[in-house]
Order: sequence, then structure tokens, then C-alpha cells
Amino acid sequence: MLTIAGRKFRSRLFGGTGKFSSPEVMKEALAASGCEMVTVALRRIDLNNPADDIMSVLDRERYLFLPNTSGARDAAEAIRLARLARASGGGEWLKLEVTPDPRTLLPDPIETLKATEELVKEGFKVLPYMNADPILALRLQDAGAVAVMPLGSPIGTNQGVLTRFQIEIIIAQAQVPVIVDAGLGAPSHVAEAMEMGADAVLVNTAIAVAGDPVRMARAFAMAVEAGRIAYESGLGAVRKDAAPSSPEDGLGFLR
Amino acid sequence: MKVFCNGEAQEIAPGSRAIDCLNKLGLDASSVVVECDGKILTREEYGSHALQDGSVLELIRFVGGG
Repeated sequence: MLTIAGRKFRSRLFGGTGKFSSPEVMKEALAASGCEMVTVALRRIDLNNPADDIMSVLDRERYLFLPNTSGARDAAEAIRLARLARASGGGEWLKLEVTPDPRTLLPDPIETLKATEELVKEGFKVLPYMNADPILALRLQDAGAVAVMPLGSPIGTNQGVLTRFQIEIIIAQAQVPVIVDAGLGAPSHVAEAMEMGADAVLVNTAIAVAGDPVRMARAFAMAVEAGRIAYESGLGAVRKDAAPSSPEDGLGFLR
Repeated sequence: MKVFCNGEAQEIAPGSRAIDCLNKLGLDASSVVVECDGKILTREEYGSHALQDGSVLELIRFVGGG
């Protein structure tokens, strides 16, 4: 069972709550995914549509909220958002995101580390979204992050695990759980991450924008489970040359 | 007096508290976090924090996100 900061999770799939066509579809898809932790964002209330409240459809008993700091472009903005999240009743858990470039949404490593150091001091359980940099993962871990969240590929791109080499090193070195986040666009992508030994994955866009988000959520859940079982079972070695699966002996009667 | 809520000017009675502003805008205080002139208010302060003419309020809440 996965444990992060002393809390146990049966499911190794974490869900995002953005981009769903309706709150009802989101609720049903999250239920189908089996996830126990969901990310949420913080934004200004639309004063022309004040009834639009996501909290009314999400069961806080069922899901641990992981507020994110999406939209923050530096450490100061992320820290402000984190404090607002806590004041909103979001608890101590925080997905720290610092993305200065809206085109790539790649995380700023220096600002992310600075914000992690400050927010850990303030008592947050910080899960930083980070580029797949093994050295940075260790620095964030040393700063007190309770998990690290290296990206597979840029947010919302559905390109899968383009950072395989680096994520393998992060997994081999990290003392905290490794949650592969961002860009996981298909069940095969999450299966790949889990087979590599990732502790969990976070998926939002690929489920939310699917033709049938509820069935897609189920497909992702199955892939996460399959990948984890494969990892725990020990995958066979990759080799260059062919090796016959059938016995090489006993063919004397052919020639 | 005039305060600014999420960038929009709102006319409210002198001596109004943060909660009065939320009520006027039809917002459920339990799902809103209020930042007034850069300071985050606790829920307990909504009823006691007096707004000033020209106060800038940010009214924030959770939305869907990844």
C-alpha cells in the first residue's frame, strides 16, 4: 500500500478535477477511477456566476484534497496561493506548481525549491511538480517535500513518458514517493510509469477530455494496477539478441 | 462607501464587515476565502473585520484543476 506523509492510499492513481464537461461527469469519472486524492485549483469567484461551486459535488470524506498552486509564476505567488488554500479549508497538503512560461508550463526549479523550503517551514505537506531532474528531486526531498512529482511530458500534452531515463534515476534514488505527473495521455503511458516503479501517477486531462471520461477513468485505473503488479512481479530483462522461448534441444529428428 | 471585490467596485454601507459584503454578493461564506488588503482573513474574522472605504477584497475559492 502506498504511504505518503503517514497517510495510506489503496489507489495509486490520483485524479485531477479540471476540464470536465460537467460536475456530474467529473464526479462519476473520479468514482470510476478509484482515486482517493484529487487536485483542485484556486481562482477568483466569478461574481456573475457565484453558484458555480465544485465543493458541492466533491465528497471530502471520500477524497483527500490536494490544492495546487497552478498559475503561480514565482515562489511568492505560489506561497500566497498555498496560504489561501489552507485558509479555504484545503488542509496542509499542497501540490506546488511554479510555471513561469505559459507556453511550456514547465516548472521553475529554483523558485520551486525556494517555495518548498518556505512552505515546509509553515507546516505544509508539499508535493512539488518538477521537471524530471534527479538532482532536483534529491534537493526537494532534502528540503522536506513529502513526495516528488516529476513530469512525463508537458502538462496537457498527452505525450506520455518522454523523460524515462531521468525518471528511472529519480525512482532509484528517491527516499520519498515518486508520483509521475503531467502528459500521461493513455493507459499505456501510466502502465509504463508504474512498470518502471513509480509509486503513483496523477492524471487529469486524458480522463477529462476523453469521449467517455467515466470508462476512460476505469481504463486508467486498470492500467495503473497492471503496471504496479508487473513492477512488483519483476519484469524480465531486456536483451539485444533473440532467445528462443521453446526448447533448443530435441530437434534432432528434423535434420 | 466603495470597496473593490475581485476588481469590481461595490457600494456598501459604512461600517460593513467582510460578511456583509459576502451576503450582498450572494456568496456562501463557508466556501469562500477572503483576502482583504493583502491579508487573509480567517472564517472567524469575517464577522468582525471592518472594511474601509477603498478596501480591496479578493474572493477566492476552489475550482477544478490538475
